[in-house]
Formats: sequence, C-alpha cells, structure tokens
Amino acid sequence: MVIGERKPFEEIVKMLNDHKKILVLGCGGCVTVCLTGGEDAVGLLSSQLRMFREKENNSLDITEKTIERQCDPEYIEQISDILGQIDGILSLACGAGVQFVAERYPGMPVYPALNTTFVGGSKKEGYYVERCQTCGDCKLFYTGGICPIARCSKSLLNGPCGGSTNGKCEIDPQVDCAWQLIIDRLKSLNLMERYEQIIEANDWRSSRDGGPRTMIREDFQR
Amino acid sequence: MNTECVTDSRLEKILRAGHFALTGECGPPRGADTEAVRKKCRILKDKADAFNITDNQTSVVRMSSIASSVIMMQEGMEPVMQMVCRDRNRIAMQSDILGGAALGIKNMLCLSGDHQRFGDHPQAKNVFDLDSIQLISMVRKMRDESRFLGGEEIKTAPKLFIGAAANPFADPFEIRVPRLAKKVAAGVEFIQTQCIFNIKKFSEWMKQVVDRGLHEKVFILGGVTPFKSFGMARYMANNVPGMDVPDEMLQRMKGTPKESQADEGIKIAVETIQQLREMKGIAGVHIMAIEWEEKVGEIAERAGLLPRPTV
Repeated sequence: MVIGERKPFEEIVKMLNDHKKILVLGCGGCVTVCLTGGEDAVGLLSSQLRMFREKENNSLDITEKTIERQCDPEYIEQISDILGQIDGILSLACGAGVQFVAERYPGMPVYPALNTTFVGGSKKEGYYVERCQTCGDCKLFYTGGICPIARCSKSLLNGPCGGSTNGKCEIDPQVDCAWQLIIDRLKSLNLMERYEQIIEANDWRSSRDGGPRTMIREDFQR
Repeated sequence: MNTECVTDSRLEKILRAGHFALTGECGPPRGADTEAVRKKCRILKDKADAFNITDNQTSVVRMSSIASSVIMMQEGMEPVMQMVCRDRNRIAMQSDILGGAALGIKNMLCLSGDHQRFGDHPQAKNVFDLDSIQLISMVRKMRDESRFLGGEEIKTAPKLFIGAAANPFADPFEIRVPRLAKKVAAGVEFIQTQCIFNIKKFSEWMKQVVDRGLHEKVFILGGVTPFKSFGMARYMANNVPGMDVPDEMLQRMKGTPKESQADEGIKIAVETIQQLREMKGIAGVHIMAIEWEEKVGEIAERAGLLPRPTV
C-alpha cells in the first residue's frame, strides 16, 4: 500500500491561513489502513484545527467527509454537492488522491495534509516499512524476493558495497543491508549461483523520469 | 597473466612486467588551490608508480579528480583517476571518461562511492545510475569495442587501465570473493583492497581468490594504511564502515607510548607490506596514508620498495 505520514500541524495551519470554510477530506484506501488518512484521522485533525483557529479568534468552518478512494473519479463525484459551501479542500489522501481531487475541481484549492512517503506494508500495527520504489521492471527473481533498488541505500544491483557490516548498512546501524538479506535468502533457497550473474546497467525508462506512467487495459477501453 | 600492455599506463607496464607494484593516494583540496595539489605531489613524487586521486571521498566536496589528475601530470607523475557512481549518471560518466583520457589520464578506478549521508551535503540526491561493476564493464566496452554503453561508435576510444576496489572485510564475507569474480568478469584489470589490518582474515580471502584462479586474471594490490596514533586506530575500528581492526592491533597501538605511536603505526604498515609480499597472488601494495602523505616515502623505503623500477 501507499504509506502517508501527516504533515507537521504548523505546516497545515499555514496552508489554510486564508481560508474560512474548508472540507477535510479523508480517503478510505491505503491511508486508512496506515492510520493517517481515514475517518478517525479526519476527525482528529478537524478538531485540532477548529481549536487552534478558535484560539486565534479566526474560526474555521470545517466539513468532514471520508470517501472510499480519492484516486478514483467515481468516488470524487460524491463531494460535488459540498463544493458550494467551502473555499478549500484539505485532503488526507496520498499525493495521487490530492491530484485527482484537484483535477476534478479546477476552481477549488486542494492542499495535502500528508506527506506521501513510500510503497510498503505493515510489520505490525502502526509500524510501516518501505518495500518497493515502483521502478517498473521487477528484479525480484534475481534477488530472492528482496528488492535492492528500494532497500539498498545505493540501489546497487550487483552486490553489497564495502560498507556492509554485521548485516547492517553503512548509513545507519538500524538499517538492514539489503544485500545481506538477499544473500541469506539466496543461500537458504540454494540459489547462490544467481548472485554470480552480472545484472547489466538498468534501463530506467520504466522508472519515474519518463513523464507520468500509464497502465492501460485495452479490453476495458471500449 | 597477459604481459602485453593495452594502454600507455606506467602502472600497467609495471604490473605486466612482473614488478611488485606500489601505488599511493592523494586527496584533492577543498578549494581551487592548485598549489595545494602540487605540494602534495612534490612530497609523493617517485615514491610510488602511480597515485589515486580521490573523487569527493566521504562525500565531501573537493576539487575534481580529473582536474587534480591533470595538475599531478604537470608535476610529472601518473594519476589514477577515481570515479564514483554516486554523483553522475552514465552520460556524465562517459563524458568525463573521454575528457580524462583526452587530457592524458591513463588509469581509472571504478567505485560505488560513499553514501552522501557522511558528507557535507547530506541533502543531496544520489544518482547510482550504474553500480561499480556496471561502470567497469562500460569502460571496457568504451576502450575495447570503441562503443558507448548505448551502442554508438566512439571515434577515438579512451585508453585507460581499469581498476576497482575490493573490501575483503565487509559482510557478508562469503560473498566477497564471488563479488570480486563479478568485477573480473566485468573486465577489471587491477584491484586495490580496503586497508588491511586483519592479515589473517585477508589471507583467508586471498586463499579463496587463488583457489578460484582470480589472481591470474586481475592484479591485486593490498591496501595499507599507517596509524598516526592509537586514537586514529580506535576511530577506524569503531567509526569506519567495513573496516576490520583486530583487538590485538588496537592493544599494540594502545600499549605504545604516545610519542612513539606514529612510528609504531609505520612499523605495522611495513610489517604488513612484508607479509603481503610473501602472499601468493599479491601483485603490489596500495598505501593510503590519509593526510600523512609525507610518510609514504618512508614506508616504501623501509619496506624495500624504493627506488621504483623504470619501465
């Protein structure tokens, strides 16, 4: 899932300085699962904002709503009847959701309440870790199911650098060396010969810098 | 090992002629001061066959390796231009390889590069378009096939003698020889190792290297760094990732009176060189006297490596 982390409160307050009536819009997708953008988060942030603006003698009228997904036009339609009552939207979705809402309502300012941090999963409740950088050309076959692009701090494709110590990365003793994990796993799978294969210079065209990527299912385009 | 040289590199000639090679290192200044480079060069001149010029080592901005290499050549010495994958993509790297070769550089060392977290610009975006193994194979392709990585033809190919680093002490240990094998398969011609303080572990690594016959395909230069003091030894043991300083080495430095610690450090370096000379598969040594260039000559002299052979 896409992990998002709430922006510092002061930053959110600053974005809303010139607004009087806003919609605080939650998302029922990934950010609900990672506890930062769902209905509960909307309620909490809304009351914090109300209290703060009350104290400043500059009250803020807040409508709260959470839709199924902000990255889907079908659900974004559900807020069109609220638009007349507000002068801005604070979205608690990931960056994709914020942009989908903004695209649908060109005259309405839409602000992000979250920093979209990574694609990952939960180790346990409230503990999320990155696993994928969406490079667009999955190499997990070669690396025993552990991604060196996302998990090696240098994204090295042919093995660990000289800074791997006791299974940890040179940048931080809290960070696992991705290549140590890969080697351990290849060994346990009896697939060490895969390490000896040189992975050639990567074709980054499938990655992020070729303009926004699309995925089109032709069979659904009729 | 093939005795025919493919470049005009003096280091290559020394190695292919079967001499025990000696390389040193010179870190460029943090400024545009050519005299700072020349000063270090004058100290190092004739004390080794070639000298690495580091490429923004520890991710701290310094004068470029290419520019410093050119200044070194003006002083009548042979540089080994280091190039890290951290700061440039394949377009910039190939451009700099052509530029370096055009300016007369004859050796290069292909490295991943320290992570920018350690340097003076931790906010920087790292590149790592290629890794060190892919860089080696790119330079080989440029030199031997006169082709850019993208496949287009190069009119005048860069004739560089191609090196890389190996760290026998980093983890996982069992991957360290296979990783060297990958560098050899990619086309590397000489290797300089991480500083050797744990000679026992190093000889275990070397034995695996010899067992796989890699020493017949690549020249291996053992890395040697003299301790200036017990404090430095302790720092390297505890704070430098991938460095293996055994306890007995620390105790030896600690047990030496402060005023003799520098000399003890040099003594250890000389002993290490002597042990390396006896080791099968070792083609030379690489002395990294960090900000202590004036001692390279003394170490080389005491290890019996001076004067350097003419080739």
